[in-house]
Amino acid sequence: MSLRVSDLWVGVDGRDILKGVNLEIKKGERHVLFGPNGAGKSCLVETIMGIPAYKVRKGRIVFDGRDITELPINERARLGIGLAFQNPPELMGVRLGELIRLCGGDEWNLRMAFLGEGFKDRYVNLGFSGGERKRSEIAQLFAMKPRLVLLDEIDSGVDVDSLEAIGRALDDFLSGRSSLIITHQGHILNYLTVDFAHVLIDGRIVRSGEPKEILTEIRRRGFDGIKRA
Amino acid sequence: MASKEHKGEKIHPSKLPEEIRKVSLLSGFRADGKLRSGSYFQLDRSVIFEQVRKRFRGKIEVMSTREALEKYDWVKEYLWRAIPRDLDEYTKEVEKSWDNGYFLRVLPGQRIEFPIQACMFISREGITQNVHNLVVVEEGGELQILTGCATTILRALHVGVSEFYVKRGGKLTFTMIHNWAPKIDVRPRDVAILEEGASFTSNYVSLHPVGTLQLSATVICEGEGSSASLNSLILGREDAKIDIDESVILRGKGSRGEVRLRVVGKDRSEIYTRGREVGEGDGARGHVDCRGLMASSSSRIYSIPRLDGLNRSCELTHEAAVGKIRDRELWYLMSRGLTEEEATSLIIRGYLDPRVLGLPKLIERYVESIVRMIGGAP
Repeated sequence: MSLRVSDLWVGVDGRDILKGVNLEIKKGERHVLFGPNGAGKSCLVETIMGIPAYKVRKGRIVFDGRDITELPINERARLGIGLAFQNPPELMGVRLGELIRLCGGDEWNLRMAFLGEGFKDRYVNLGFSGGERKRSEIAQLFAMKPRLVLLDEIDSGVDVDSLEAIGRALDDFLSGRSSLIITHQGHILNYLTVDFAHVLIDGRIVRSGEPKEILTEIRRRGFDGIKRA
Repeated sequence: MASKEHKGEKIHPSKLPEEIRKVSLLSGFRADGKLRSGSYFQLDRSVIFEQVRKRFRGKIEVMSTREALEKYDWVKEYLWRAIPRDLDEYTKEVEKSWDNGYFLRVLPGQRIEFPIQACMFISREGITQNVHNLVVVEEGGELQILTGCATTILRALHVGVSEFYVKRGGKLTFTMIHNWAPKIDVRPRDVAILEEGASFTSNYVSLHPVGTLQLSATVICEGEGSSASLNSLILGREDAKIDIDESVILRGKGSRGEVRLRVVGKDRSEIYTRGREVGEGDGARGHVDCRGLMASSSSRIYSIPRLDGLNRSCELTHEAAVGKIRDRELWYLMSRGLTEEEATSLIIRGYLDPRVLGLPKLIERYVESIVRMIGGAP
């Protein structure tokens, strides 16, 4: 067993975002999480990563049998949890090549994420296009080699040509790792296979099941339709 | 050695005590003189070493200002021309009690690819070191100067009056690295005068603790098309009181000026940054950019950009920002496995990245290594 989230209630500024989420990701499984804007998808992966902006009011997060609910971010990273942020910050003066090195990798990881030679000397995310930011996140994950990979909207802002290449590279990278993939439109699923899908609405997982079936249902009925059902 | 008064005897820098060599290296002074065109070393009040490397002889001159006064009649016309003797109590003190200083000159049309290095070192407790430096870039000459001030003692006062004259079409890059101690008081007073088409870049780096530092630097872009760029990287540490006051007076037609200040306040440091552009000439353009990062809750940063528009055709702009390290930046780096201390250190070091200054590569690499060493690296 890799990750178990039990009855997780998470708040920001006194307002509950997650309201009793239960989720289990076993070793090597790939899960995809769908949901409308504001459902709490980013909140869930950032809480698993340990971002302090999110306050756990109730519930537990257990990773490889260890309760990590109170563990600092860096210790979770060292245990093998890696997150590709939806909106990573700009870091003036911090070069991407150096960050990749601190993640335990090298320039090869940049090439694997389809970032050219010049990116190693560029400041992290400064002047990057939306797609370049996503590839920078992927390059860092490649360098970290986490056992649990959390991908937050990795396909948003990526042009169609690069999406296929990134999807295939990720498909390969995720083999043997556990993962939770957030996608709004589901485009990335054209290039990588997943085992389970969940729908998060208003802080609750309202539906879980076979990915293609759920995606078809979302496209047919919309999140509102699923919520009503 | 470090406590004796030097009576002017010459000492090769490689023969200096190891402690002095190590500390002066942090300010950019290489005892072996490699990758330098010339060297000047002043220990307390005495000049102990001055040299022009063989291949640069006849192209540059390196000596003390006293020797220059003896050698050239015209030198007296330059001393105290840019800076009034009675500017303040410190300039008055330098005029009254003067302990050498360097005279550096590049001859007309000579473009020197390696910097001249100069070091002002204080090794005796409680002294006052009053220096008067003079730099002359003759017409069409190009020069880089890497100068450092450093110490191995706890308490002293360093007053440095520096005058720069960059003649028509000349180019000067002046990089000053200060490497002081927590109870040293420092009072640099710099003025540069630029003729037509001349350019002057000043880079000031102070990353070590210091007692009080009050720097006043003014560049007068007198000539048409002249340009100045004043850049500072300052790390305030412990109880340092720092006041950086940099001005560019854009007098020449179409002259350009830029003042860039990057400061980080740690511990209980208090830092004032004042950047000023004065637009006097037709079509003059100036920009002030002051940024401060408060890396501790007890640090204080006061950022004061100022623009004086004295000619309708000038264009002056400024931007200023002061703030703390953003939580999301720290968390992001921590999600890559860095501890909070390592992440903080990386952000501070990034903030002081010399690449933002556009330095010549050799100097950029050097300053970068200093920031890495002093700023801490994960």
